[in-house]
Amino acid sequence: MEWLADPVLAGFIAASVRLSIPILLAALGGMFAEKSGVLNIGLEGMMLIGCFTGFITVHFSGNLWLGAGVAVLIGAIAGLGLAFYAVTLRSNQVVVGIAFNLLMLGVSAYFFRLAFGSGTASPRITPFAPIDFGPLGQIPILGPLLFQHDPLTYLSLALVLGGWLVMQRSTIGLSIKAVGEHPEAAETLGLDPIAIRYAAVAVSGALAGLGGAFLSISATGVFLDNMTAGRGYIALAILILGRRHPFGVLVAALLFGAAEALQLRAQLLPSGVPLQFLIMLPYVLTIVVLAVSATRSGAPAALGQPYEKGGG
Amino acid sequence: MSESASAAAIGFARRWLLPRSVLSGMLCVLAAFAIGALLIAAIGRDPVLAYLSLFEASLGSTNGLAETAIRTVPLAFCGIGIALAFRAGVFNVGAEGQLFIGGVAAAWMGLQLGGQPQWLVLPAMALAAAVAGAGWSAIAGVLKLKFRADELITTIMLNYIAIYFVGYLLHGPLQDPGSPLARTARLAAEARLPMLLEGTRLHAGLLLVVVVAIVAQVFLWRSVAGFRLRAVGHNARAAENTGMNVKAALWTGFLICGALSGLAGFSEVAGVQRRMIENLSPGFGYTAIIVALLGQTNPLGVLAAAVLFAALQIGSTTMESAAGVPSALTTVIQALVVLLLIGQNALPRLFRRRAVTGS
Repeated sequence: MEWLADPVLAGFIAASVRLSIPILLAALGGMFAEKSGVLNIGLEGMMLIGCFTGFITVHFSGNLWLGAGVAVLIGAIAGLGLAFYAVTLRSNQVVVGIAFNLLMLGVSAYFFRLAFGSGTASPRITPFAPIDFGPLGQIPILGPLLFQHDPLTYLSLALVLGGWLVMQRSTIGLSIKAVGEHPEAAETLGLDPIAIRYAAVAVSGALAGLGGAFLSISATGVFLDNMTAGRGYIALAILILGRRHPFGVLVAALLFGAAEALQLRAQLLPSGVPLQFLIMLPYVLTIVVLAVSATRSGAPAALGQPYEKGGG
Repeated sequence: MSESASAAAIGFARRWLLPRSVLSGMLCVLAAFAIGALLIAAIGRDPVLAYLSLFEASLGSTNGLAETAIRTVPLAFCGIGIALAFRAGVFNVGAEGQLFIGGVAAAWMGLQLGGQPQWLVLPAMALAAAVAGAGWSAIAGVLKLKFRADELITTIMLNYIAIYFVGYLLHGPLQDPGSPLARTARLAAEARLPMLLEGTRLHAGLLLVVVVAIVAQVFLWRSVAGFRLRAVGHNARAAENTGMNVKAALWTGFLICGALSGLAGFSEVAGVQRRMIENLSPGFGYTAIIVALLGQTNPLGVLAAAVLFAALQIGSTTMESAAGVPSALTTVIQALVVLLLIGQNALPRLFRRRAVTGS
């Protein structure tokens, strides 16, 4: 049973958790939006703007939690912007999402250049450090899985639990689902579909923003152009695989974290597999996951359909 | 001159010179530039100097115009493909990956046929690129039609996979034997597109894309297949009920987008780089999505939008060095153009609703 305590395995497990957090948070956010009937293609851009604003806040204030807070706030504001288009203007949600992602890509690159110039030396911050749980961290499997992480990781896992409570065990969750399944019926029950969708998309932006910030202020300590590299789109696939359920999303995100951790480790080993094929792994996995799970997705009935008060 | 004649003249101008869609597009472009100017002023730089240096660099000289025209080619190829796919209701955003696959296929074919006459080599390269691009797009088509996997996500994933796959080929089987760099060997003279203008890099890909735009415009508005494409994209269920082959229309959307994006790769390889390289595209396939939307998914409109965005991109580096405005501003402007356009299209609906609920 020596392999249980193997440092390579422990490192792999810890990395799987760490790498799953950004897509976990984004997918959790996507869940709120989609359950309310709004397709949030803008998750990618909201992650990126959170990644950038979190980084720059920490860089200039030195306060990691302030950075996380700003990322959440900016993400939520971006969510409100998308909701204005998707809910009020009733525009095509896919097109709006794509345009938002491009806008965030441009805005983050623009202000990053402005703050730091286009020199080659990229600025660094000191990211969140893991909490020291003493001997608990040394327990085989469970140690790296649960007791070797930084505060933001534990906050993220708490948010999954919170998301479950809200979605499955509260009237708020019931209202969101009602609006996503049948907004007309929800309105006759006295709910306001417009307001609920706005709130749900804002929450999704806040969570995606935090997920993006995790990349810069927890995982690496740097910011790079287009740092999210498609993770917002992967989160949309995670959402389908996890059946839009908080715990399903958690398991699906861990699977992707493991795939990414595996490819990062395989790069260091003389496996004979070309590097590029290893880097592809999470993207290929996304496609496979979509292909096997999309046909039984159980999406909300009114997903992607704008709602018009008083009937259209 | 009678009133009816002047009315007819205005009607002609409206219809052929300045239709409402063109006017609204121009308005959004102007508004986006205005917001961009605010962003420039907000950081204490001079918007006038920035925009002047931008357009001076891209439109103010023969060489600048040629560079803008060169940049137009891949944007228009991909943009027209994306526009036709959107018309069919296919959100194929995989042009970037299809461009890379097309480019590598063109380079491979060009190297295989080294020494053959140009009239044979160039069409063979173009065909290889179109087929490879269409084939890559067909993966997303199969995933959509057989497995109901959303093409928006699969095509973006396929973009990453294509770029890494091409990276593998250029580090491995297709690498130039005489170089440590990740690129193919240089193409022979027969495998390069003819130059159009002495002293510039302008190549014949421009003529090709203009022809493609005209053909695509006729196809979309004057052919049965084009009508089916639009009908399915507008309302798939209604089209199916009238006996149209919905699947065929969706496949057309996937394959045309793939083939045209593949041709973008071909023209970059055969016209500009003269070999396949790892950084063939700085995101042409993504910018082209915005180009397609600004062109109101009309092939000729897309061509015009591609010229504008090409000029923006060509001038952006000069703007950065001359006026101290980060070149990423052009990305912001591009996104703003689309967001304004979407907002503008939604306004009548919004006010109609207000009127209804107000009464």
